[in-house]
Amino acid sequence: MTDASLNTAAQPAANQGPYDAGFGDYFALLKPRVMSLVVFTAAVGLLAAPGSLHWVEAVCAILFIAIGAGASGALNMWWDADIDAVMKRTAKRPIPSGRVEPQDALVVGCALSGLSVMFMALATNWLAAGLLAFTIFFYAVVYSMWLKRSTPQNIVIGGAAGAFPPMIGWVAVTGSISIEACLMFALIFMWTPPHFWALALFMRSDYDDAGVPMLTVTHGRKATRAHILAYTVLLAVLAVAAGFTQIGGPLYLAVAVICNVIFLRDAVRIWRRTEEDAEADNYKVEKSFFKFSLLYLFVHFGAILFEAVLPVANWM
Amino acid sequence: MSFSPDSDMHKRRKGRNMGVGLCLAAFIGLLFVLTTVKIRQTGPVEGFDHVPRATALPATETQSATGE
Repeated sequence: MTDASLNTAAQPAANQGPYDAGFGDYFALLKPRVMSLVVFTAAVGLLAAPGSLHWVEAVCAILFIAIGAGASGALNMWWDADIDAVMKRTAKRPIPSGRVEPQDALVVGCALSGLSVMFMALATNWLAAGLLAFTIFFYAVVYSMWLKRSTPQNIVIGGAAGAFPPMIGWVAVTGSISIEACLMFALIFMWTPPHFWALALFMRSDYDDAGVPMLTVTHGRKATRAHILAYTVLLAVLAVAAGFTQIGGPLYLAVAVICNVIFLRDAVRIWRRTEEDAEADNYKVEKSFFKFSLLYLFVHFGAILFEAVLPVANWM
Repeated sequence: MSFSPDSDMHKRRKGRNMGVGLCLAAFIGLLFVLTTVKIRQTGPVEGFDHVPRATALPATETQSATGE
């Protein structure tokens, strides 16, 4: 019995011949949940940027960033099909569950990558298109094919791929990279490690079984807890500093201070806990930290959006 | 004449075809609107109206002599 055959939810029966994938199966290749986050952060980057873009161009820019992100997701699923089949969290994805052929995922990924980059250039500018192409390359090749299986810092460096969308949105409007675009990039880049390491702490068997060198496996759980705290401190500094730039404002600053105090408090609690403490309450603090990290990013970018659309005061 | 109900495979195939068709139609519509916007941003476009435009013609000797 193979690992894939253990997943019975959407498993095609062996005696029915090749499974004819539906539209939803192909759409699932694009990682819609990740795409929704990409759409949101790209839209914030685009709306916060000084200058203007015709609304049709703006819609096209966000759509092509989303398609590019989806394409890199499909390429990631194609490459990681073997480890996806082993991990509980990913075993029901289209390829390990047998609903989509790996070669189909590769074709979809490559075709959508080319299409998104080309039309991004036509809709906005070549720098934005180049950044989108680099993001796809970074996620599919640098992260998925190279770093993910070779270094425990995979999450840190790979997080850059998820951090590019707001910068691409910004560049689509301005045609150049500024400090504000870099700060939005840094916000997601520094947020990614604590977010995923908290997940790795309470989803321990998944990464262990797949042989992915997560920090929890290579350096131990105590070191992971210390890393979470270190990155959270750096993240807090960056998040609050962004409040004093063009994308910030009084509302953003208030939100950043409150969120980062809570995030830092929980990171300290994670750092001080032992494995025995965590197992005793079924990783309650780690799970709570992970859930809050989702809200953390949404609230920060929501505040940047609010400051851009409805500036409370021209205080800078 | 009776038709047997669609199997799951036929339903999935139909759904996939419909999905791809709708995506293509939406993409064509989006590109049309984007093209329209891009052309409008370039300013007014002058078409050839079969009458030579004096300002676009090369200067003649007579015009040069009279300073016109």
